Amino acid sequence: MSAVASPGRPGSFRQAAAILAKDLRIEVRGRHAAGTLLPFAATLLIAFGFAFGPGREVLERTAPGLLWMAVLFSAVMASRRAYQTETEDGALEGLLLAPIDKAAVFLMVVALFDLSIGSPLPLVAAFALGVVGLAAVGSLFGVVAESARTREAVFPMLVLPLVTPVLIAGVRATDLAAAGRTSEAAQWLGLLLAFDVVFLSIGVLVFGYLMED
Amino acid sequence: MAAAAERALGKATSRNGERILGSLAAVALGASLVLSLVVAPPDAVQGEVQRLMYIHVPAAWLAYLSFAVVFVGSIGYLRTRKTRWDRIAGASAEIGVMFTALAIVLGALWGKPVWGTWWTWDPRLTTTAVLLLIYLGYLSIRRISDNPSRRARWCAVVGIVGFVDVPIVHLSVVWWRSLHQGPTVLRLGSPEIEGTMLLALLAGVAAFTLVYAYLMTLRLRVGRLEDRAAREALSPIVEPAVEVEV
Repeated sequence: MSAVASPGRPGSFRQAAAILAKDLRIEVRGRHAAGTLLPFAATLLIAFGFAFGPGREVLERTAPGLLWMAVLFSAVMASRRAYQTETEDGALEGLLLAPIDKAAVFLMVVALFDLSIGSPLPLVAAFALGVVGLAAVGSLFGVVAESARTREAVFPMLVLPLVTPVLIAGVRATDLAAAGRTSEAAQWLGLLLAFDVVFLSIGVLVFGYLMED
Repeated sequence: MAAAAERALGKATSRNGERILGSLAAVALGASLVLSLVVAPPDAVQGEVQRLMYIHVPAAWLAYLSFAVVFVGSIGYLRTRKTRWDRIAGASAEIGVMFTALAIVLGALWGKPVWGTWWTWDPRLTTTAVLLLIYLGYLSIRRISDNPSRRARWCAVVGIVGFVDVPIVHLSVVWWRSLHQGPTVLRLGSPEIEGTMLLALLAGVAAFTLVYAYLMTLRLRVGRLEDRAAREALSPIVEPAVEVEV
């Protein structure tokens, strides 16, 4: 299941690059992230603003948390979407039947996911690392979301508890980084990195089992 | 090793094994009841309410044991593709969720008089709550039943991912608390625990573990019957006399 490149067959990274290029083309042509997810995240932020009242102090204190809640909800939306394009016309089957590592498919879906939710917000390390973590979990179980469409609540119910560390560490790191306490933020970045490494490795290992049929 | 474990499991899940386990669990529960209510003295500081520890701690321990078994069962299923491993993981998850909820409720009941609050964001409490949510998610995946082999594979993946996630969740919650504000919660367990108290606690752990084993044998039997019923619904035992045109 791991990447052992045989002669005449492109290596894992080349495969991954090809799938990434395909995903990017779909995004450029369909503009799902720009057209749907960005407005959705913006709406959420405004709604939070209404919910907490116009007081500057409250909003300043809660801003990192609200930001990450918006990211989290967008991630739930995006991971369902990530496979929808593929399943609509049976393209997922084609992709899996192609002589390509399922692991490469997984890494690529993760990459697409980053691009589709990462754009609106300041590109700080916390953000990048956090989104990779969310993307790893979301891409892994996006398949479940897609197939369990009759039970809408199953996917968020499964994913939200799993990403608790990303939410906590992301909010704390953003908060500390905004306050200029970089060394303290670094600890949280380390935790986010650990989460990413663990979930990317598990994802690569088990993704094939999810996609067997 | 795996074969020996499967043989031992086969013995324990026979009807006789089930009965023996059940009686052992009942006896152990009775003994731990006597030990924790009569033999162990009331706590010097907390008084009688501290006796909740003798069921709260075993419940929490069993929650973790059950989910470790889910983890092992999930790996076992993905490696061997034997339905038995999937049944073990599923049964253990159900029992684990029950014990986790029990531990949280008992903890709240204990926390109210001692800490003055039903709930606090103590790392262990928070981790246990997230643990409950993760495995409720697992059980909701188990209820997707359009394709048994796919369900088993998905559940196995969730059982592995969920268990690996628990230490990271715990670490993040510990840091979160320590950086946010100092721990305000009284640590339970004074340095030296009295001899009979320790005995009552260990008896409780042993009794709950036996209850777990007993519940597992019951649930596994039900699981086998469910699978057989599903199989027989697909292929009728009585062959139709006339070939049915499909």
